[in-house]
Amino acid sequence: MAAATPTSYTDRVLVTAEIAEFSPAVVDEMDMHVAKYPEDRSRSSLIPLLFVVQRERGGWLDNPGINFLAQFLNLEVTDIWETATFYSMFNLRPVGRHHIQICKTLSCRIMGEPDITEHICSKLGIHPGETTDDGEFTVSMVECLGSCGTAPMMQVGFDYHEDLTVEKVDQILSDCK
Amino acid sequence: MEIRAIGCEPLQLKRVHMENGHTLKVYQDTGGYASLKKALGMAPEAIIQEVKDSALRGRGGAGFPTGMKWSFVPKDSPKAKYIVCNADESEPGSFKDRYLMERDPHSMIEGMIIAAYTLGSKTGYIYTRGEYRYLIDIMDRALAECREAGILGANIFGSGFDCDIYTHTGAGAYICGEETALLSSLEGYRGHPRMKPPFPAVEGLYASPTIVNNVETYTSIPQIIEMGGIAWRNLGTEKSGGTKLWSISGHVKKPGVYELPMGYADMEKFIMEDCGGMLRNNKLKAVIPGGSSVYIMNAGQILGKNVTLDYEGLVAAGSMLGTGGMMVMDETVDVMDTTKNLTEFYKHESCGWCTPCREGTDWLVKIFNRISIGEGRPEDAQLMLDICDNIEGKSFCPLGDAAAWPIQSAIRQFPDDFRKWLSGNTNGDRVTSNV
Repeated sequence: MAAATPTSYTDRVLVTAEIAEFSPAVVDEMDMHVAKYPEDRSRSSLIPLLFVVQRERGGWLDNPGINFLAQFLNLEVTDIWETATFYSMFNLRPVGRHHIQICKTLSCRIMGEPDITEHICSKLGIHPGETTDDGEFTVSMVECLGSCGTAPMMQVGFDYHEDLTVEKVDQILSDCK
Repeated sequence: MEIRAIGCEPLQLKRVHMENGHTLKVYQDTGGYASLKKALGMAPEAIIQEVKDSALRGRGGAGFPTGMKWSFVPKDSPKAKYIVCNADESEPGSFKDRYLMERDPHSMIEGMIIAAYTLGSKTGYIYTRGEYRYLIDIMDRALAECREAGILGANIFGSGFDCDIYTHTGAGAYICGEETALLSSLEGYRGHPRMKPPFPAVEGLYASPTIVNNVETYTSIPQIIEMGGIAWRNLGTEKSGGTKLWSISGHVKKPGVYELPMGYADMEKFIMEDCGGMLRNNKLKAVIPGGSSVYIMNAGQILGKNVTLDYEGLVAAGSMLGTGGMMVMDETVDVMDTTKNLTEFYKHESCGWCTPCREGTDWLVKIFNRISIGEGRPEDAQLMLDICDNIEGKSFCPLGDAAAWPIQSAIRQFPDDFRKWLSGNTNGDRVTSNV
């Protein structure tokens, strides 16, 4: 997800000491993840917890959220960034409320992905990797999502949309409220 | 999309069309967890022998014999042991595990509990790719059903054996399908592969003995225990036991997930009849039979060649079975473009750990980009082959090989598709990149 990669991490990492706060329900959810692993292996919960933080912080990983995790898991802030920056599903910049991820890999590509991408981008007035001015939509090109038999496909947030046609895409976009 | 068995009774696909096939009730009403009860009364060595007899080979792509893998776990280790399910299905062209997890999650769970009992493990993790969030919800519900019914937790079925299984999520990294990278990721680190040996069976998760198997490998285990290893093997061939799920996509009329007995004859019949033949009745041009990481085949290697669908048959035909993710392409496809597409994939997914793969895939994409804007040079084919030669066998993990093989085979099998672009004779064609 090239879209979400900032040019430099270093200016972000130590930029604030602010620590995010989460509701008791969210902290319980985090504890539930930590409990899956042996007591001295709480770092194993890092990826699941990054998803929780990303969801709670408006769809991306900001410094206060990362600072919270460092404290919560007793890790260095850099440990968290080390892991977070490896995985394409973690957004290191704000993304739109609806994150459209179009699969660009082989089966989707030969089954009509280029037309779908063209249609979505021209309709939203943005290029892949960009977010609409109103902050509603981000379009990302992603690698194979395991829907090759129902290509072309895209994911909006976590929802799979398969066997896409231009008409179907119009419906999906208008349903994004 | 089709999901059905051809040439055999549905085993892997037994419950995929049943209403509520994903629930514990339907699973148990249709014989589910009987194999676990049976296994709990068997000696672990006897279970490993059944798995060896079955000739089950790992369904995640590498095809390593499962019984042998299990026998590598040291019996006398004082450390905790772990069972991990590789549900990181990310190989382009492969989407079979998704339907097993969606519609029959208990088969996989039963296979994992049997493996845990056999190897003396009390803890299992299902490592699922992050994009499959809806499947994690389904599996969490299935695991909760098991705990409530005493199938997971303490004293399973009154046997004195304790075990629990948890879901774990990845976050978008193809490399985490490689088992040692998966374990790094499961420990909360970047998904870098680890040096082997030591193999995970000896030092895996938390440096403890660990078995990592694919979803379809685990779903095979209850079947093997139920019918016996030799009977299961006899569904397929001597060396490739049982049945196999194939994911078919691309230019066929009926793409989908098909269960075929190993050794199914033949590949042409499968594509041209079982999968409904070519879309728009175009001519077959190319097939990648086992997921993006195997050699691409041209029509001449398939049509009239009686290629059997098993490990040996596809090797003899010049490719590999891999994950069984078959991508079919018709005459409208330019193999230079499809190879560029896959090379972009490997460049994006290279973890960056070792130089041949990190730099090599990047150089290859640069060359493809040049070619695709009509600036290909006659020597570019040889240049790409040289770079592939410096990746293949020289990278830290098999991702490098997987990046090299599609290019090497594409240039070998479809020289005209490249020649056109390298001689300046593209009639002004340009392939636009999405990257």
